[in-house]
Formats: sequence, structure tokens, C-alpha cells
Amino acid sequence: MKRISFLLAVAVLLCLIPAAAFSQNVVKFGVFEPLTGANAAGGAEELDGVRLAQSLYPTVKVGNTEYKIELAIADNKSDKVEAANAGQSLVDRDKVQVVLGSWGSGLSMAAGPIFRDAKVPAIGLSCTNPLVTKGNPYYFRVCFIDPFQGTVMATYASTNLKAKKAVLIREVSNDYSVGLAKFFSDSFVALTKDKAAIVATLNYNTGDQDFSAQLTQIKSLKANVIFAPGNYTESALIIKQARELGIKTPFLGGDTWEIAEFISVGKTAVEGAVLSTFFDNDAPLTPNSKIFVAEYQKKYGRMPSGTAVLGYDGYLLAIDAIKRAGSIDTVKIRDAIAATRKFPGASGYITFTADSNDPVKSAVIKEVKGGKFMFKTTVNP
Amino acid sequence: MRHKDIMDLSTFLQQLTNAASLGSLYSLIAIGYTMVYGILRLINFAHGDVFMLGAYVAFYGVASFALPWWIAFIVAIGLTGLFGILLERIAYRPLRDSPRISLMISAIGASFLIENLGVVIFGGRPKSFPSIPLFDTVLNFGSVSVLSVSLFIPAFTLIILFALLFIVNRTKTGMAMRAVSTDVEAARLMAIDVNKVISFTFGIGSLLAALGGIMWSMKYPQLNPLMGIMPGLKCFIAAVIGGIGNIAGAVLGGFLLGFIEIMVAAFLPALTGYRDAFSFVLLILVLIVKPSGLLGKKQTVKV
Repeated sequence: MKRISFLLAVAVLLCLIPAAAFSQNVVKFGVFEPLTGANAAGGAEELDGVRLAQSLYPTVKVGNTEYKIELAIADNKSDKVEAANAGQSLVDRDKVQVVLGSWGSGLSMAAGPIFRDAKVPAIGLSCTNPLVTKGNPYYFRVCFIDPFQGTVMATYASTNLKAKKAVLIREVSNDYSVGLAKFFSDSFVALTKDKAAIVATLNYNTGDQDFSAQLTQIKSLKANVIFAPGNYTESALIIKQARELGIKTPFLGGDTWEIAEFISVGKTAVEGAVLSTFFDNDAPLTPNSKIFVAEYQKKYGRMPSGTAVLGYDGYLLAIDAIKRAGSIDTVKIRDAIAATRKFPGASGYITFTADSNDPVKSAVIKEVKGGKFMFKTTVNP
Repeated sequence: MRHKDIMDLSTFLQQLTNAASLGSLYSLIAIGYTMVYGILRLINFAHGDVFMLGAYVAFYGVASFALPWWIAFIVAIGLTGLFGILLERIAYRPLRDSPRISLMISAIGASFLIENLGVVIFGGRPKSFPSIPLFDTVLNFGSVSVLSVSLFIPAFTLIILFALLFIVNRTKTGMAMRAVSTDVEAARLMAIDVNKVISFTFGIGSLLAALGGIMWSMKYPQLNPLMGIMPGLKCFIAAVIGGIGNIAGAVLGGFLLGFIEIMVAAFLPALTGYRDAFSFVLLILVLIVKPSGLLGKKQTVKV
């Protein structure tokens, strides 16, 4: 009996040895995204982009050592409190070298101080609120920011639509929506030279489903345009209910609308809705753009969205920074990210400066036509 | 927004219509909630999640199995009813003789379990409910617009209200239900099959949750595994306002809650972001001032 247990112990030990001998050097990328809850589709889009990049570039070489890249996926559940928990767990439990995400500026902001205190660099993918990176040397992003996006849409409203009066609809619990609405309104007031150009501001909460009361109040107002940045499902329901109430005013929105569910929920009601986003599949900006579009279609069998491309770019930028840092030390990786100049991402060139972790990139305006997001124009900063 | 704009008559009529349409939906879901409580003295926290299941089953029936909508709806309502019976068998029956608090905790656990199973099975990304022309047509009455489903909902609510009142007050099963509600032990001694009565109650409650879920997702065509949480809480509030356990009270409470929510958004646009908070403050006020609700009977507990 004793001998058998001894043999068993040896066998177990023997099993362990090869595992240890072959175990590779690993570098961990934390993927910090809403995969459930109100923003789940946004998180899924970015994760698709990250996964595509991982399948193309599964390793990174630092000096002579090859590191395998592992993804540690943390679901922040579209909730700010959960976001802080998810961020903490990436830092403490998974001990990641880089964080990618999150869709939703408010969620990124909730975990920002955690990444900063742990000295783990984070690359925001599509979180456009300026406060994400402000005062946080460890947060970067690969997308443009909202003061620019707000100006782009205000210019579109006043130049292309010749709008004089606008209504704002804000998702008050969402920092992205409140911020973008403010940048739009500042810019729209300046463009129309009319202090009363915003005739009404309506509020709702994430997860609300009935907007009939708010919308009824604006039915009698003579606005030329409604700017309603916010989560894709709520926005689709708002437009649907507005059309049901007989409101024919055109709707404008931001990058969070470019999610398939916006059209599937809103159906014909969202036809004609105009939004700004990051990328157009037919207008490649760098050699990486073509690779991305082709590989994405091969892997997922559909065209990518402007959000997925940012997941891809965030991953590529992280690899590039690790190579340049020549180390997997998180502080060195941060410094290498900060030193990024003219990195050819699929969604355009990315450059950070000494006092800005936000790249300057062009915006794409799209319109919903025939159940698809159709390219309208590109706006350069 | 200026006061003058708000007082416009057609706007006011439209807001009343909005309130009736939201309120009737709350009523429909609150009826099932309150009935289970009335018979079993159990706050079924999983009611909102059963509501979600009903909506998903109908969605898959129409979208994946390409069933005609009415067959899909009947199947969904039937399956969800069976699910309710199963839920009672697994999560509540073994605890029937335990303290009430254990039963409530079990209900909360069941609720989380169903939500998370939903995330695993249906996925976190929202689904869009297919449009059914009969329910998805805009009707205009003068300057007031209303979606056709909003006319069906109050009709269903009233039919169900009277059907349930009939069942509970005029049938033998209803008499058994009332007996179980008064005293389970005595009912058992009177040769009433208590398990059967309770199963029946849960079945009906879940049927109603499923019907509510389907109507909800036709009005707000967006499904996600957590969609039942807020309606569940709102209908709990509606049931408490009306007097929990009282079927007519649930209908009244639902309409009242819908009315308050719409009017808060209409008259206090700056506070719209706190609309849910108003509902919960109302719940607290009712519990402090009149815990038995508007139509509830004051209960004296014999010691």
C-alpha cells in the first residue's frame, strides 16, 4: 500500500515537471469591458477587435525572449461600482501588464484611479470623454475625444442641416452622454450665434425604456434637430417612440450608436439617423486598415464596426509599446506608450504628446440607410 | 421649459395617454405578483425574471422557430407557466415549513440564478423583438398618437382582472385558494390538496408574468437577461401601493405608478433623471403611512 502511494506521488510529480518545463513566458493583457448589462454589445464589439488582433499576433518578443500574450477578461457589467471591482481584480488577481478598455467613459473613469495607483497602463479604446485621461498619466486612448466629436456634430447640424434650434437628450447617469451633449451645445451656440439655440434639454437614465413623457414635451417645440448621444438601445427606443408620437425632427448622435443593435431595435424608425464614429471600412488610412478589414471578415464573416477597429488598435499599440520598452515592467511599458509617435493603427495614426494621452484623429460621419450604417463624410480635425 | 408650454391641452391629453399605457403595463405584471402573495404570503422576487423568460421564449418562437406570432405567444405563456410550477417545486416547496424569511431568501436566490442563467444561455447582447404589425401600428386620435399594443394591454389587464376575481371568488379552486391563504394546516385537514392549489397559483402567476413580458417587449422591443429587474421592482411597488395580495389593488397601483412616473417627467423635466427614485420614495411613504396599501385590509395577527 505504501509503495503504491509512493509510486502515485512520483507519477504526479512527473506529470508536473513537463508542464513547468514547457510553460512559456506570459504577458497578460486585461480586457476591461462591459460584457453584460446595458452596454454589453459595445463591450462585445471591442472584445471582437482585441480577439482578432490576438489571433494574428499571439506573441511578443522582448529581447530574445518570446512572450505568449494571454487575455484576462473582466466584465464590468455596465456598472460603475462593478467597474471599480473588475479593475481591481485585473490588477490584484490577474496581475496584468496592460489594460484595454472600457467601452463607456464612465466605466473607464471608475477604474482609472485603480490603474494609476497600481501603476498599470490602460489603453482606452472608444471611451471619448476627456476626463478619462485627464490627470491620469496611466490612461491612454486610441480614439478622438468628445470636444472634437461635439464640434463635428454641431457643425454638421448647423452647416448641413441648416439647423437654428436644437433639443438635447442626455443619459444623465452616463458621463459620456452628458459631456458630449455639453460640447455639442457649446459649439452649436457659438456657430448659430444664438444663446437660446438649445430650446430644451431632456434627461433619462440608463436602462429606461419609456421616454414618451419627455418626448411629448418637445413635440410642440420648433426644433430643427435633436442631439441624443447615449447608449445604443435606449437611443433606438427614444427615436422609435419619437416617431410614434409624430416627431419628424432629424436625430443626431455619437459613436455609441454604431452598434448593430441600434438598428435591430430601432428598425425603420432609425432610418436617417446621423452619427459620428471612428472608422470607415472603405477608406483605409494606413496599411493596417486593409489587413484589419480583410482579417475581420475572414474571422467573423461580417463587416467590422468603427468600435471593433479600436480594440484591434489598442492591442497592437500595447504590443508595439512592449517591444519598444524592451521589458514587461508596467512602468516601462507606460513610458513606451507615452512615447508613441505616428503609430500606424488600423484606424489611423496615433501620436501622444508630452502633455496629452489623447491622439488627434479624424471623425467619420455615417447615416443609417436601408438598415446599414452608410458612410457620409470624413471630418479632419 | 416654460409653464405655458406644459399646459397645452393636446400635450396634456397625450401625456394622459402615455400614463395610461405605461400604467396598464405595470398593472398587468403586478397582478401576478400580488396573486402569489395573496395566496402564499410570499414575495416572489423571481417574478421579474419569469417575466424575462416569457419574453425570451416568445422571441425564440417567432425569430428562430418562425412560428406565427400567436402560436409562439401561447407556447411561451404555457412554457413559462410550467416553469413557474417547476420553480415553486424546486425552490419554495422544500422550505414551506421554514420561517418566511428563508423562503424570501430562496426567492432572491432563484432570481439571481435565473438572471445569470439568462446571461449564459441567451448572451449579454440585447435581442430585438420582431415587429408584429397588429401590435406595432401607430394610431392617431386627433393630436394624440398611440401604439396599437397600448390599446391591447389595458384590455388584457381588465379581462385578466375579472377572470381572476371570478376564479378566486366563484370557483371551487378559488375557494381552495382562499382556504390555503387563510390557514394552510386547516385547509389540509379539510382534504384540500394544498400542493396542487399552490402549484396552480404559481402557474397562473407565471402565465401572467409571461404575458406581461411579451407585451412589454412589443412596446419596448429590446430583450436582455436583466430586463426583468426594474419592471419587477416597479410592479412590486405597484402591488404594495394597491395593497399587496389584493388583485384589484394591483391594477389601481399600477395605473397610479404609471401616472406618477409620466407626470414627473412631464411637469418636472429637470428631475426626470430621478424618476425611479420617485417610485421608491412613494413605496417608502406608502409603507410608513398606510402599510396595507390603498385597497388592502388591515390585518390583525393572532398570537
